[in-house]
Amino acid sequence: MAALGFLCATAVGVVAIAAGLAGVFGRAWTLSVPWLVPLGGLELALDPLGGFFLALVGVATIPASIYAIGYAGGERRGVLAYVGFVLAMCVVPLAANLMSFAIAWELMSLACYFLVLHDPREPGAVRAAWVYAVMTHAGLVCLLAGMLLLGAATGSWRFADWHAAAPGLTALRRDAVFVLLAAGFLGKAGVIPLHVWLPLAHPAAPSHVSALMSGVMIKLGVYGLLRAGFDWLGAGPVWWGVAVLLLGATSSVIGVLYALVDHDLKRLLAFHSIENIGIILIGVGAAMIYRPAGLEALALLALAAGLYHTLNHAAFKALLFLGAGAVVHGTGTRNMEELGGLIKRMPWTAACFLAGSAAIAALPPFNGFVSEWLTFMALLQNTRLAEPALNLVFALGIAGLALTSGLAMACFVKAFGISFLALPRSEAAARAHEAPSSMRAAMVALAVLCLGLGLAPTLVVPVLLGVARGLTGATAPVEVVDGLTLSVSGDFGSLSTLVLAVALAGGLMLPLVALRLAGASRRVRRAETWGCGRVLQTSRMEYTATAFSNPFKRVFDFFYRPAKRLAIEFHPESRLFVERIEYENPTRSIFEDWLYRPVLGTLSAVARRARAIQSGSTNVYLAYILAMLLVLLVLA
Amino acid sequence: MIAGLATALAQVLVVGLGAPLLVGVLRTLKARLVGRRGPAPWQPYADLRKLLVKDAVVSTTTSWIFRVTPYVLVATMLVAAVIVPVLASRTGLPFAGIILLMYLFMLGTFFLALAGLDSGSAFGGMGSSRGVAVAALAEPTVILAVFALALRAETTNLGGIVERFASEPRLALDPAHLLAFAAFFIVMLAETGRLPVDNPATHLELTMIHGAMVLEYSGRHLALVEWAAAMKLFVFLALLANLFFPWGVSSLVEPVPVLLGLLALAGKLAVLTAALAVLETLMAKLRLFRVPELLAGSFALALLSVTAVFLVR
Repeated sequence: MAALGFLCATAVGVVAIAAGLAGVFGRAWTLSVPWLVPLGGLELALDPLGGFFLALVGVATIPASIYAIGYAGGERRGVLAYVGFVLAMCVVPLAANLMSFAIAWELMSLACYFLVLHDPREPGAVRAAWVYAVMTHAGLVCLLAGMLLLGAATGSWRFADWHAAAPGLTALRRDAVFVLLAAGFLGKAGVIPLHVWLPLAHPAAPSHVSALMSGVMIKLGVYGLLRAGFDWLGAGPVWWGVAVLLLGATSSVIGVLYALVDHDLKRLLAFHSIENIGIILIGVGAAMIYRPAGLEALALLALAAGLYHTLNHAAFKALLFLGAGAVVHGTGTRNMEELGGLIKRMPWTAACFLAGSAAIAALPPFNGFVSEWLTFMALLQNTRLAEPALNLVFALGIAGLALTSGLAMACFVKAFGISFLALPRSEAAARAHEAPSSMRAAMVALAVLCLGLGLAPTLVVPVLLGVARGLTGATAPVEVVDGLTLSVSGDFGSLSTLVLAVALAGGLMLPLVALRLAGASRRVRRAETWGCGRVLQTSRMEYTATAFSNPFKRVFDFFYRPAKRLAIEFHPESRLFVERIEYENPTRSIFEDWLYRPVLGTLSAVARRARAIQSGSTNVYLAYILAMLLVLLVLA
Repeated sequence: MIAGLATALAQVLVVGLGAPLLVGVLRTLKARLVGRRGPAPWQPYADLRKLLVKDAVVSTTTSWIFRVTPYVLVATMLVAAVIVPVLASRTGLPFAGIILLMYLFMLGTFFLALAGLDSGSAFGGMGSSRGVAVAALAEPTVILAVFALALRAETTNLGGIVERFASEPRLALDPAHLLAFAAFFIVMLAETGRLPVDNPATHLELTMIHGAMVLEYSGRHLALVEWAAAMKLFVFLALLANLFFPWGVSSLVEPVPVLLGLLALAGKLAVLTAALAVLETLMAKLRLFRVPELLAGSFALALLSVTAVFLVR
């Protein structure tokens, strides 16, 4: 029964990919049912940008749903919400007027809420769902306010009319609308400082849902930003792009910094989603800066880089979440300090997780590297702007992106190394079992996709340039030379991951042959790891995740503000004998302390004050209503 | 095509065979500077041969990651040897971007750090943790220093940068150039595990990063790891020599200019090696948590270099 639901979702995914690709390649399609809902009725339209995001939904949905058959096949709870979630996500990029969009958006959020609340007994799930609901509705308020402002100014609820009427708006109104829409969409995308719901909600949901939330749902926030910033409002002033680029750089660095000190496997991945959204926004922001300056070719390149990273992140983050789900399935824990040694008991999962780690750490020849390389190519050409202030913004973006990829590499050494390598740190990890075949198939398919997207940028980039061209309109600065090499702006940069992969494979083979020719010993002896003279090796000698991330904690202590807690219990007879040592080194969130707590504190203080007028007497309430009516009548 | 392949092969041979000699010369020089006689410069070859004939001892704790890593390290360095303009500016591969090169090094670091964790000993984990911390903090400096170069050469292709600076020598006298060189030099020390960041001569747990990660390796595996480390030093020094002082690098792939390129490279490497030896003799190892300050300093230099390019044009 439940498996049937997941099969339906798979079918929806297949249709979404087919329809989405048709849209990407220029097939337009509209559907209008004016009587169905008020304010213009239901209206759907397919264009290249919508098609791209529709296909993206399919790319993540198919493996996630197949995986779910093995992961949650017998569980009926949440299947309806899951299918509804997938359908709503398919409708969002198709919506062509305010009402259709708002309904699809809200259905998506609601279905996601129920999926986060999948297991209310799990610690933290209720709070996660609550924070998610508050943040998503705060975002919705911003979105609706922005859209209503835009609708009132242009006199239409259809998106196509907004695009036509946008140049006639006053600058102030355009800025106001952009800020409201950006706040709503970026909150959904999980950009810092609107990210608080994300690391709570992703781990609470089942893993196939986390994969979709991270792989697709937060990307629909990016979709909205692209729609608002390029389509509905036309080309905006430079400061929009500067703001988006700086937000992106901040999100990417801070996201990965949080991930480094988190030892819950799924929370770590959730923080990396914040990071990757940041990388996408660096590309989008660069495009928004280039465009008003008239450098449309560079804007196109930056936008295509952002779209490529969107696609790549959907592939590798879905893969990593499914891998984390397999770990939870096999061991029953998400805490990295209790894992270890899984590579021997779960070889398939380990290999797939390694592929995903290499992809997210931007290691060549995997897909993450290609999109980061394209982003660098777009950023590095900013000298054509000839405006030192903007050039410095770009320099910060470049440094931020470089720092992010370095830290991401470090973080995935931790995530993979501590979870999968060396000796198991707990009974649960020692008795882990490999995931069933449907889960393995989904992970292998995504791992192959990650490698494929990395090896074949010459096939992907022209398609993405086609999608981006609909938003900026220019000739692309990218050429495909002899079918293998991407060449950017003439001789500025070139890359061929396929040739690189062949060269790397050759480099792997060469020492094998050379060692044979050099007469090297081919014998391998097995022995215990050297334990400084100790006879027995146990998992207690291993480096822990906490220890691994400690250098980062110390280097960035101004950001983490770590608080050390040490509790030692001595033997009652003598302080020379220690019975128990408890050591904790937690970090504090700047955003919760300095942003959310003051805001929430103010809100509840205002609410306490307002309680004074709440007497409980019906007569007084009637008097309030009368007074309000009078005021309204006078004002009208 | 054939000339390109021949150059690529020549570069691989020069880097692969020259790297142990470079390390040997560096050790001899350091020994002489402190008044010891030291081993002969070709001692590393003998060390490698000795390691190759020994059996490899592999811990029962480890997985395939541990056994694959030495090969991955060598593979990344061999590809790097093809990409970097060592003898000629345009080499075997049709693309040779500096960003690709940096990420290729990162691929090696990633696997080396995993292998360090794989043995399950505290030393390996400690080395991995420190190693990735240094690599991650060095990354922005590298990219910014590269950016400063790419800005003025208007390309990120290594061959293009070399040709541009070779054809317009006055570009190389710019303050931005010298700042970028200083930044890149400091990063080179961090990336290749030299003093004052890491101590290549000891196996003491207080000082070591690279040494800790590879502690479990033996026999031919250790030989490959050490060879790859030597090649990394060679490639970085060749980058410093040819990117910032591109004189003598051949733009043609013909025997005579390439041979001249080899001579020029030998001269430049001799100067850089001597400088490195003097520096390592004069300097003490920094405390681990002072290293980020050093890297921040080099980051500031790189940022200044980029700013100088923007403002002085």
